[in-house]
Amino acid sequence: MSTEVVDMITVIIDGFEVTVPKGTMVIRAAEKLGIQIPRFCDHPLLDPVGACRQCLVDIEINGRAFPKPQASCTIPVEPGMIVKTQLTSAVAAKAQEGVMELLLINHPLDCPVCDKGGECPLQNQAMSTGRSESRFEGTKRTFEKPVKISAQVLLDRERCILCARCTRFSDQIAADPFITLNERGALQQVGIYEKQPFESYFSGNTVQICPVGALTGASYRFHARPFDLVSTPSACEHCASGCSLRTDVRRGKTLRRLAGDDAEVNEEWNCDKGRWAFKYVTAGDRITHPLVRGEDGELHEASWPEALAAAANGLGANRSAVLVGGRVTVEDAYGYSKFARVALNTNDIDFRSRVSSDEERDFLAAKVVGSSTTYRDIDRADAVLLVGFEPEEESPIVFLRIHKQVRKRSLKVTAVASKLSRGNEKLNANFLCVAPGAEADAVTAESLTAQSIILVGERASESAGLLSAVAALADRTGAKLAWIPRRSGERGALEAGAIGNLLPGGRPVSDASARVDVSTVWGADALPTTVGLSACAIIEAVNAGQIGSLVVAGVDPLDGENHHQTLAALKKAFVVSLEIRPSAVTALADVVLPVAAVTEKSGSFLNWEGRARHFEAAVVDSLNRSDVRILSMIADEMNRPIGIPTVKAASKELASLSTWDGARAKFAAAKPAKSISVSGNDALLTSWRRLLDEGTLQQGEENLAATARKSVAVISPKRAASIGVVDGDAVRVSNDNGVIVMPVLVENIHDDALWLPRNSRGSHLLATFGVASGARVTVVKD
Amino acid sequence: MSTLTPVLSAHWDESDSFTIAGYKRHGGYEAAAKALKMEPDAVIQLVKDSGLRGRGGAGFPTGMKWGFIPQGDNKDHYLVVNADESEPGTCKDMPLLLANPHVLIEGMIIASYAIRAKYAFIYLRGEVVHVARRLQQAIEDAYKAGHLGKNIFGSGVDLELVLHIGAGAYICGEETALLDSLEGFRGQPRLRPPFPAIAGLYARPTVVNNVESIASVPAIIANGAEWFSAMGTEKSKGMTLYSLSGHVVNPGQFEAPLGITLRQLLELSGGIRPGHQLKFWTPGGSSTPIFTADHLDTPLDYEGVSAAGSMLGTKALQIFDETTCVLRAVLRWSEFYKHESCGKCTPCREGTTWLVQILRDLENGKGTAADLDKLLDLCDNIMGRSFCALGDGATSPITSSIKFFRDEYIAHVTHGGCPFDSHASTLFATERAGA
Amino acid sequence: MAYTDRDIATMDTIINRYPRKRSAIMPLLHFVQAHDGFVTGEGIELVAKKLELETAEVSAVATFYTQYKRKPVGEYHVGVCTNTLCAIMGGDEILAGLKEHLGLENDGVTADGKVSLEHLECNAACDYAPVVMANWEFYDNQNVQSAKDLVDSMRAGNPIPPTRGPNSLPTWKENSAVLAGINDGRAGEGVQAGDPSLLGLKIAKKGSKA
Ligand SMILES: Cc1cc2nc3c(=O)[nH]c(=O)nc-3n(C[C@H](O)[C@H](O)[C@H](O)COP(=O)(O)O)c2cc1C
Ligand code: SF4
Ligand code: FES
Repeated sequence: MSTEVVDMITVIIDGFEVTVPKGTMVIRAAEKLGIQIPRFCDHPLLDPVGACRQCLVDIEINGRAFPKPQASCTIPVEPGMIVKTQLTSAVAAKAQEGVMELLLINHPLDCPVCDKGGECPLQNQAMSTGRSESRFEGTKRTFEKPVKISAQVLLDRERCILCARCTRFSDQIAADPFITLNERGALQQVGIYEKQPFESYFSGNTVQICPVGALTGASYRFHARPFDLVSTPSACEHCASGCSLRTDVRRGKTLRRLAGDDAEVNEEWNCDKGRWAFKYVTAGDRITHPLVRGEDGELHEASWPEALAAAANGLGANRSAVLVGGRVTVEDAYGYSKFARVALNTNDIDFRSRVSSDEERDFLAAKVVGSSTTYRDIDRADAVLLVGFEPEEESPIVFLRIHKQVRKRSLKVTAVASKLSRGNEKLNANFLCVAPGAEADAVTAESLTAQSIILVGERASESAGLLSAVAALADRTGAKLAWIPRRSGERGALEAGAIGNLLPGGRPVSDASARVDVSTVWGADALPTTVGLSACAIIEAVNAGQIGSLVVAGVDPLDGENHHQTLAALKKAFVVSLEIRPSAVTALADVVLPVAAVTEKSGSFLNWEGRARHFEAAVVDSLNRSDVRILSMIADEMNRPIGIPTVKAASKELASLSTWDGARAKFAAAKPAKSISVSGNDALLTSWRRLLDEGTLQQGEENLAATARKSVAVISPKRAASIGVVDGDAVRVSNDNGVIVMPVLVENIHDDALWLPRNSRGSHLLATFGVASGARVTVVKD
Repeated sequence: MSTLTPVLSAHWDESDSFTIAGYKRHGGYEAAAKALKMEPDAVIQLVKDSGLRGRGGAGFPTGMKWGFIPQGDNKDHYLVVNADESEPGTCKDMPLLLANPHVLIEGMIIASYAIRAKYAFIYLRGEVVHVARRLQQAIEDAYKAGHLGKNIFGSGVDLELVLHIGAGAYICGEETALLDSLEGFRGQPRLRPPFPAIAGLYARPTVVNNVESIASVPAIIANGAEWFSAMGTEKSKGMTLYSLSGHVVNPGQFEAPLGITLRQLLELSGGIRPGHQLKFWTPGGSSTPIFTADHLDTPLDYEGVSAAGSMLGTKALQIFDETTCVLRAVLRWSEFYKHESCGKCTPCREGTTWLVQILRDLENGKGTAADLDKLLDLCDNIMGRSFCALGDGATSPITSSIKFFRDEYIAHVTHGGCPFDSHASTLFATERAGA
Repeated sequence: MAYTDRDIATMDTIINRYPRKRSAIMPLLHFVQAHDGFVTGEGIELVAKKLELETAEVSAVATFYTQYKRKPVGEYHVGVCTNTLCAIMGGDEILAGLKEHLGLENDGVTADGKVSLEHLECNAACDYAPVVMANWEFYDNQNVQSAKDLVDSMRAGNPIPPTRGPNSLPTWKENSAVLAGINDGRAGEGVQAGDPSLLGLKIAKKGSKA
């Protein structure tokens, strides 16, 4: 690590000395002393503007006084500086009072009906710095209100104090300048261009940082007063970025979620999915009671003892395996990991309920588990290489972090992909355009410095040999490597050993001493020694009659390739399903056990960095139990106890296992697949999931869904010309399994490729085609 | 002997003064050719020695401003000429450009060479199409003559010159707002530091100068620093354009050495319109505190005007006689500032709105004497609190007029409205004498 | 009205004058007014596309400046300066007279689309007060009657020429094109200077008082 030397400067504020790094603004130096200078436009993560003029203070430097009060949010400290705030300077106090009075002359003062009432910086600071009564007797500015600037954000222009926080955020942080200041002078106001709503993935942050009630969220508007809410710090369950959040609950119901403040991770931001997609928890179809399939072939409500007994019986009868989705907490994943080994005596477990490969499993064991590349590494990187990864869509806070560096110091970003995304355009990325399936060659040809960082997504597993090429590039150049899955639970599940080749702490199953480590802690005689099957192999084994029962949790069969086989396997096997809401698995399960949603339990996720994101239950009176608790009960019933009846116990035991310091699994490089050549109307499929789509955790939030990007089929200009279509025309995409008809968009994409979104309105790629990327489809004008 | 010294305006009375031929007839572009044979630093030194100060309002020494541009930094440098001329009362740059656009271009060639800029812009206000035509044509003719473009004057130096035309916003005369506007943003002022000399246009070192400042340069190069500094006063050197308007017999442009007085100018030009007396005037546009007849002998240079409590500004002498209601005049200016406030900062945006409301009430007889104190306190809360000098300027007419004419404000209160006959102050109320 | 390939080529020429594309936004908006008469949605979207900006960024700029119009103005757009000096010298009476004469409010357009009316701030011609502008050409030293005559001549389709400007009054669209930086070849027309501009010079040459 480089040792950065920071010059420190000492200044005097209201008679107190404070020493801060050079470049610190006076307003923040004062904060260090506990002196709060009132402010509105100032925000530590936005470029200073000095627009509201609320933070005026008196300053002298080496005996020379500034002739007029200065905006403390725009003045960096200097040696010899003496600052007098409103506390010690009559001039500063009068200046602040004067600005406050001016801010209020056109403000409607409708606090009693304003969402912000009770937590409003304007209200609070007007109390502390304002005059007791206004001398204004004229007419206030009025505007039509509120204006819907997107389906989820409303703008009340009369309340706006024109601090430009929202517009600066959308421009500087999100790189989505869809809201701007319009008009001039007293008519100036925030607005959109009439035909382009504020559909930014990050729009909710503007609601949070608006210092008045000018921007409100459609879903929360008029729903609560801040003093009715109970707030709990929490972690976001939606993706692997790992945002810290705050969940506000009233009478057992989550009413809103806000971005938490974590300088190392999400700074003070989050994405709109993390902020607004929480209604799935209170959906009407939550499973509330255990269900057991009866003689009649139907599921019936059952008591817990009945259901546990049924599960234990079924699982004890024959060879079992575990399929756990990528969204469970570390503690729960650890529960599944231990349950498989101890209760089921098998290593047949896989958390990758998506398209995956054995090459990937080896890669994870050799290169990812136990590693620690961080957001800070992005801050320091010479260059970022993106492989099979679209930061804005698949891990939005990673996008914000890269963008911050692109903006600050023109960080060089290179993307290996078949289509140039809007996110990568905003990152000014060098787009290495390759045909689907040919990514490995492009990666092999790259050169990087040792100070660079490679960010590889879970979709890299869809192109044979690509992860091998990535590993080789990292080895060859010394560049840092990070694997960024989409889901919040995958990295934790990997570390917890919810995968066939690893035990908890990254211990290779094949390593005897690793097994001894674990069996010692577990007090088990011996652990299964054969490396487990991966998800696909488990399905094949069920269909071949080798495996008879399955524990399935948080898995959607339609997220993987060949879902017909998966469904057949679920039908054939004895299935115990742990779920919060009915799914395709429920319909085929033999025992269904309800589990707690994230807000109802405590636990932690490991984000892509491997950093623990711990959270407590936000909804305390929930009767629902965490998965690990239920697994413990089944194991007890099977007489093969796993002994971790609580999240706390699981967490403690996992911690005691610490990380494996023995030899890592060796990585055996895989060969790239033979490239497929296409001609005529054939194209190679390329696709990814967008941030906002038809994912189950986004259900129930219509306003959010309305801001999702529209589904389109993307082709190159050359292909568009050859099949005779222009933007907006419908094309028909098909393979042997199905057909998707979709409006076309002509963009920067490889001539051989065709892009469709996954799991989006009208485009359920995996369900329709049975394949995700790299496969041949036919495109014609519809 | 006349005290007038026409230099910039010397040939405006020739009907082709705006053409390249007309300009060259009197030695046009010879100064540029001469300057390009000098070392750039020597050009800067010459301008420093001349004592030329910016004619855009603030009077900052021009040579010193050029000297701030970092040299050898391997960055692009830019020269931007401020031709936004929108300060009420100011009307010198537009006639200059209409009558002789080439003198500005020649000045820009010299200035760009001195500061090592290869790209220069003129930011012209948008409401003057014929000036735009003349400038555009002059630029094209200068390109054709080889004075712009590649290898100008065969010196190996390149210069691109672009005319950029505004669209109606006084604030774009403020140099940082001008730069934002020129970059394609809303014309709102920028935080300083960094100053334009370090990070101006496209965040590169940039000199912003007024039209008249740059137009004065060819004559300085041609005649020498001493010739220039022999005119004017100790700290305010050279000749400049004074613009006389309003209730005078003969309004117009007067090129004279800095330090001339209004009394002298009135004597030269024919005085206040007959039968009337001087009531109040602005020394340098509406943003400069007003003067009265007591200030007729104030030397109109930077120091003299400032010592008398105002600012030389743009030397826009707007003259009002006793028929003029000072409150009406001030209200109009306040409406102007409200209309032109960029909206960025609270004191200016909200303050000008409120000022107008109070002044309107006063004009309509709906005010009270206490409103005057409120006005003054409001001005105190705007002056020095706003982001840029526009907000400060908005307070000048109010505070200075209340200082000199408090009774007249009160008269509106007691009279229940304006006691003046507004028709009496129009140009067509009485026939203009003389002319 | 659709933009032709030639229009697009003109826009490209304008863009190419600048070291950075975005700087061309103002001349391009003038160009849109030359084409459409005002800043249309189509124009905003086209400028955004040409400059690779979001439409909101373009409308933010378009709404900041007074000369960009959000709705059609007349073929002859008449502005009366009512800033202090001109207002007092007669601008207020001229504006009131024109409003009454044309039956228009501020920012109104006559039914035939010939004339629109707006009050203006200072136009840098104070020594010619009171000043009227038409399509941003100078009409100096106006009075109520001369201003009425001016708008009548416009409505009759034969506008009186400007005082200091070309020999005849161009239309709003034609002058918008000049503001976009397109040379209409008329720089040589009209006087080089009006009398007040020459006053000081005249006095100096005479070496005596006026
Ligand atoms: C509100 C405001 C408006 C201004 N308008 C103009 C203007 O129209 N023309 C001008 O040359 N300077 C104007 N200035 C001054 C410029 O900011 C700047 O000081 C000047 O162009 C520098 O040129 P100079 O050094 O040659 O005077 C204005 C300043 C302010 C604060
Ligand atoms: S909407 Fe809110 S954040 Fe945006 S400028 Fe107005 S007050 Fe500030
Ligand atoms: S900030 Fe707009 S006028 Fe000063």
